[in-house]
Amino acid sequence: MSCDYTHTALHGYLDGELDASRSEEFERHLEGCRECAKALETEESLRSILQRSGLCESAPHSLRKKIRAELDAATSVPIAQRIPLWRWAAVAASIVLVAAISWYAWPGSGSGTRNPAAPPFTAAELIDAHIRSLQPGHLTDVASTDQHTVKPWFNGKLDFAPPVKDFAEDGFPLVGGRLDVLGGRNVAVLIYARRKHFINVFVLPTKEPDTPIHPPGLRQGYQWLHWRHQGMEYCAVSDVSVADLHELAQLIYQ
Amino acid sequence: MSGFDQGRGSDLLDVHERARFEQLVLPHLDAAFNLARWLLRRREDSEDVTQEAMLRAYRFFRGFHGGDARAWLLQIVRNTCYTWLEKNRPVELMSEFDEELHPQPSVSPESLAIAGDNRERLGRALETLPPRFREVLVLRELEGCSYKEIATITAIPIGTVMSALARARQRLQRALTQPPVEEARREL
Repeated sequence: MSCDYTHTALHGYLDGELDASRSEEFERHLEGCRECAKALETEESLRSILQRSGLCESAPHSLRKKIRAELDAATSVPIAQRIPLWRWAAVAASIVLVAAISWYAWPGSGSGTRNPAAPPFTAAELIDAHIRSLQPGHLTDVASTDQHTVKPWFNGKLDFAPPVKDFAEDGFPLVGGRLDVLGGRNVAVLIYARRKHFINVFVLPTKEPDTPIHPPGLRQGYQWLHWRHQGMEYCAVSDVSVADLHELAQLIYQ
Repeated sequence: MSGFDQGRGSDLLDVHERARFEQLVLPHLDAAFNLARWLLRRREDSEDVTQEAMLRAYRFFRGFHGGDARAWLLQIVRNTCYTWLEKNRPVELMSEFDEELHPQPSVSPESLAIAGDNRERLGRALETLPPRFREVLVLRELEGCSYKEIATITAIPIGTVMSALARARQRLQRALTQPPVEEARREL
């Protein structure tokens, strides 16, 4: 190994870091220098060994979880933060709500239709509905992991057909469906599991235009994501991490 | 952490900053863990230090004004690893980092292929290299970093990345084609 090139240019050439003229110069040199040609072959061999070695290690799942928990602790939770889009109307809505709740009976009373452009419910209601669902026996009206069972179950119970898909392969198995009332409106709820946690996805029709998935809201240790897509309003609520929730939201959005 | 403003370190981040962090930085968690794992060698230590580094990155996140998020994160991970090594295993950082390339009998691609066929042996050979050689190899060959990124992450001048890689590769070839026991003893 006495050739100067093997010390310097060869590695830049191997790594694709030489500019065009230096690269050409090295290639010309390579034609006449057996030593460099052999050294290059050895380096290429080392590279291919390293790259197909499987030495690259992914972060274990438990670590991911720990980090998310630490990030949660390092993130400020605004007091009584509301869904951003509905912020201004939330106060009005909650006044309406007090009246609404005293008027509308529990699931299935039907006629709770309000102006669809108005904010349909508040963050407090949403979290209440989520917590309520976690009480024994309240989570599902139809318990099934089969989307073809859950989807038709909603027929005749609602005046819209919520899109129902199972994402078991992506780590979010469908657990079932339920009817609920939010802001005086009948809504469909799809329940997904994430390990030992449940995610409620509230679905109701809207005439508002599509929105992207909004930044997460936080309240009482629960997080939610809200978006509108193809005439449906979605709100996913859970105590799983924001990232997990986001993953599910994106699966549904697609 | 040269070149990056670390921002205010103490205040909590809000949910929007959190979402941005999830989007820009968290996707590089695997790369972060992989670098820590090869710098510290022991899995448990790597997990602890990666966790610490991610939290530091989060606290410094306001100081990240766009650009290469992976290099930014890996720079923090590397610094956290070195701080940890200084405190817990200072001997490892004292291993010589010779600047010279030594003339050596050239290794044939065939003998290298045979020696490198065994993942465990390859891993052990990589672990015998001093951390500064190990990190450039991991960044270049396992993470596919450019010289510019390697320079940013390891704080060595971009002009010396190429020679650092040349030396690291030579050391790895030597470690791979020498009997493992002898190599281990020599490194001690």
